[in-house]
Amino acid sequence: MTSRVLNLVLKRLGIAAITLLIVLFAVFFATSMLPGDTASMLLGQAATPEAVAGLREAMHLNDPAILRFLRWLLGLLHGDLGTSYANEMPIATLIGGRLVNTMKLAGITALLSVPLALTLGITAAMLRGSVYDRTVTILSIGLISVPEFMVATLAVLLFAVYLKWLPALSSVNEAHSLTDLVRIYAMPVITLTFVISAQMIRMTRAAVIETLSTPYVEMALLKGASRIRMVMRHALPNALGPIVNAVALSLSYLVGGVIIVETIFNYPGIAKLMVDAVATRDLPLIQSCAMIFCLGYLLLITTADIIAIVSNPRLR
Amino acid sequence: MSNLVEVRNLKIEARTDSGRLVEIIKGVSLDIAEGEIVALIGESGSGKTTVALSLMGHARPGCRITGGEINVNGKNMAAFSEKERARLRGTDIAYVPQSAAASFNPSSTIMEQVIEVTRIHKLMPPEQARQRAIELFRALSLPDPEGIGARYPHQVSGGQLQRLAAAMALIGDPKLMIFDEPTTALDVTTQIDVLKAFKSVMRAGGIAGVYVSHDLAVVAQIADRIVVLKGGEVQETGTTADILSAAQHPYTRELLAAFEPKPRQIQATGDSAANPLLRVNNLTAGYGPVKPDRQPVVRAVDSVSLVVEKGRNLGIIGESGCGKSTLARAIAGIHPAAAGDIVFDGKDLQRAAGKRSREQLREMQIVFQYADTALNPAKAVEDIISRPLVFYHGLDRQARSKRVDELLDMVRLPKTLRYRHPSELSGGQKQRVNFARALAADPKLIICDEITSALDTVVASAVIELLKDLQRELGLSYIFISHDLSVVETICDQIMVMYNGERVEQITPDKLKAPSHPYSKLLFSSVPKLDPTWLDGLVRDPELVSQYGHR
Amino acid sequence: MTMARAATPRRSFLGHSYNLVGVVASLVILAWTLIAIFAPYVLPHPIGDIVDDDYFGPMRQGLWLGSDYLGRDMLSRVLMGARYTVGISLAAVCIACFSGVVLGMVAAVTGGWLDTCLSRFLDAMNSIPSKLFGLVVVAAVGSSVPVLILTLAVIYIPGAYRFARALAVNINTMDFMTVARVRGESTFYLIGSEILPNIMRPVLADFGLRFVFIVLLLSGLSFLGLGLQPPLADWGALVRENIGALPFAAPAVIVPSLAIASLTISVNLLIDNLPKKIRDRDA
Repeated sequence: MTSRVLNLVLKRLGIAAITLLIVLFAVFFATSMLPGDTASMLLGQAATPEAVAGLREAMHLNDPAILRFLRWLLGLLHGDLGTSYANEMPIATLIGGRLVNTMKLAGITALLSVPLALTLGITAAMLRGSVYDRTVTILSIGLISVPEFMVATLAVLLFAVYLKWLPALSSVNEAHSLTDLVRIYAMPVITLTFVISAQMIRMTRAAVIETLSTPYVEMALLKGASRIRMVMRHALPNALGPIVNAVALSLSYLVGGVIIVETIFNYPGIAKLMVDAVATRDLPLIQSCAMIFCLGYLLLITTADIIAIVSNPRLR
Repeated sequence: MSNLVEVRNLKIEARTDSGRLVEIIKGVSLDIAEGEIVALIGESGSGKTTVALSLMGHARPGCRITGGEINVNGKNMAAFSEKERARLRGTDIAYVPQSAAASFNPSSTIMEQVIEVTRIHKLMPPEQARQRAIELFRALSLPDPEGIGARYPHQVSGGQLQRLAAAMALIGDPKLMIFDEPTTALDVTTQIDVLKAFKSVMRAGGIAGVYVSHDLAVVAQIADRIVVLKGGEVQETGTTADILSAAQHPYTRELLAAFEPKPRQIQATGDSAANPLLRVNNLTAGYGPVKPDRQPVVRAVDSVSLVVEKGRNLGIIGESGCGKSTLARAIAGIHPAAAGDIVFDGKDLQRAAGKRSREQLREMQIVFQYADTALNPAKAVEDIISRPLVFYHGLDRQARSKRVDELLDMVRLPKTLRYRHPSELSGGQKQRVNFARALAADPKLIICDEITSALDTVVASAVIELLKDLQRELGLSYIFISHDLSVVETICDQIMVMYNGERVEQITPDKLKAPSHPYSKLLFSSVPKLDPTWLDGLVRDPELVSQYGHR
Repeated sequence: MTMARAATPRRSFLGHSYNLVGVVASLVILAWTLIAIFAPYVLPHPIGDIVDDDYFGPMRQGLWLGSDYLGRDMLSRVLMGARYTVGISLAAVCIACFSGVVLGMVAAVTGGWLDTCLSRFLDAMNSIPSKLFGLVVVAAVGSSVPVLILTLAVIYIPGAYRFARALAVNINTMDFMTVARVRGESTFYLIGSEILPNIMRPVLADFGLRFVFIVLLLSGLSFLGLGLQPPLADWGALVRENIGALPFAAPAVIVPSLAIASLTISVNLLIDNLPKKIRDRDA
């Protein structure tokens, strides 16, 4: 790695850090706008004004927002996510297991959808204009055009109602065997795979088609190279940057996808936790969940950019 | 079959945006004997590259070979399947592209790409192929033949890449090589090295070639025969000597005429030295952060001084990267100078255009090389030309319309063109519109930055004639920036030679034969002549070449 | 490239060429737009009226799309839903694209610190997942129609900005921009007269794409119960209300889903099959 690449990567990481700070700030302020007074909510209808005021004082709710933000940030640095308002449990405990569940769901989906989408995208680009290409293109347009909940509904309709292969709801605790595991994860994973693959296929196909029209691919053709060689040797290595970008961007749709999917399938993940927290106005919990989502999203985008920088042959 | 290549009645169709089919090659026939180099020459759009590519059985996307025979080495490429054609590409016929820089895969090493042909066609083991490649690098007089293969394309200069592309073509031992304008993008001093290298390997191997070019002088050095193409049809065919001395077809004569020097008669004006329009003193401009001594880190123009007299023209000549365009931009205020004074019409000018008065901006106009990007594609010609009329002169609709007609007339364009968009104009027409827009401001000085470089020879010489006429009618002054000596020579009263950001010499056109500075000598002697013996007879001082050649 | 689509016949009209897919897609979009405008005048039944004794009734005469979970007429509810889905999304996308494109062009033309600050800030906004943002804001400020419109618009401004800025930066490097600058033109003229006409086409395509995103996000929020609140119901809310019909595959849950899909797929197809201006130079 040359110093130039290192420089660019460090610069990108710096930008990510600044972005993270802005995002954390935004998340903190958006959640502090949540209506209703937290203190009176915690104490319930019967609380006396004095008690509410006392609690406000104890929770530092009267401090300026910026001070509370800094205190929150400082807590984060010490691994202290705060305490849930709703059930007074440490947020770290609440989130822990849920986060693992969500990571499992996302991981399985990624393992399944990335190879699938890349194969479909690259082959569609190679056979551009063929019936196969058109079918893939139309199906992926169809998929990106419909909301996630519809993909989920259709999946339920097909696999649970019509074919009766799979249960419509997930419950991780009942996993005792491999078949159970498949039954639990199948529906959410199928739905999420559909949702994120479509975008990945489209972007991969476009990236490969663009490199296929470059002069160096024509040069390979004029050297007598086969179609496979033109794609594998000349187009793909140069389309790597955009393809990795497409993968990362699509994986970041997982964040939006899991919110819907976990709710529909009642999957005990962090997204479900957050949707419930919004319903109970559990401020620290919402903040922490939102922060985790933003962090994951930022991590993916930054990784994509760094891979694009490192894989750029002109910077070698 | 006596000839290596026999093309008979070749027809190629292209599909336009609306799906209409247009015949772009209309029955072309040509022969190439073993070991013979044939040049295809013509202006852009004449179909020369399309014909050359068809010899490999290749038609660019959107085009299709619809008729005729393409016999190469006894095989009819037109009738072959894509698989059969692929077998011949790289082995029987090889291709050297116009832009080697774009035709090398950026993510793989040069050696890997040079020997790829031997891998594809399983010609020899990789180790042997590498040895062969190094021999070729040496034969093409590339520097560091052992090590250059390990580099990536972006780490090598344009002239070297062009020769590496030739090595890539030669490795398969082809019977026929196709050169697609291989030196067009190079500087003249580099072009010579590349041409010499090409010529010697072709001669040594007895390889037949097709050399596609728009430049008669370059073609004269390398081709045995010349085929003149226009509008997808062969206009004339003949040996190089015949075409150069006794061309029959009017179009060929026009091409030749564009090479005739038409020296400008020196105008007898009064005491011009006391009457400078523009005076630039010790101008320095560059890029990157500014150092404490107020000098930029990368100096593109290094304390250059110049004077343009009223009604006279100054030519600035130099090779790519010499700083001539930056100088033009610094004078116009587009790229503000870091140091130096600009005195225009007796008044000091601010360095940045944004700080100059509207009147000062109006009096100095700049015209760019590529009319394609200099004209807003979303606007009609009349809107493009009328904007300065509104902006500087505040003309109302009626006066504006009248003035647009006059301006179109001045640049010899029909009035009906005013409703067209730039994409509906030819290259020459676009450049005239570009110029008309500058004229609309009623300027005193027009800076012309390579304005003829993107045009075909015949069109360019017509534009130069127009510029001369307009100068006579309007009393304008030009700063004429170009890399092409013959262009500058026909229009300028003074010629300034730039090298590496510095002014090396300023001379008048009549003294061009005897420049005093060594770089000017090298530069002027590198401009190809129509004489076919010029390249072989050219003797250059090796010390000069190593000092100033970019290689 | 035209070759790839050679199999779909193209017709030409007024100097543009069209293909069948594009025409059908525009007709669907036009139909939904008209319904969104005229829905209140063509409703067969008032949307709140219970007109069926049974819930999740099948399609039959008088109740062409069956009935919902309370026995209300589905046709009327879907027609009214078009009003909210199309109306809110359209308003949001107009605000998002207008602000994003103007800011993007100004940033590209001005450059310097304004560009850096704006880009950095909006890029940071962009790295908040859209659903998350919607979730938090809607939960915070409630979900009245104006709040929904503004939230959706704010979520998609960074994307519109980024897209327009990238286009404008390309145009900005063109020589005609330099010519206009040294002529002394103002920023307003530069963005309005030199840049905008050149990026109009891709910006319109982006507008369509963003409209689809907004429809999807709005539907998603409504499906989660965080979008439009009863008694108002957009298509996403209709799916939510009638999700119980899923096991019976009743029209009540299928029809609003199809309505969303028909709109978004049509917009996507239209973008891919926009009429092409014929630029045929006589050879």
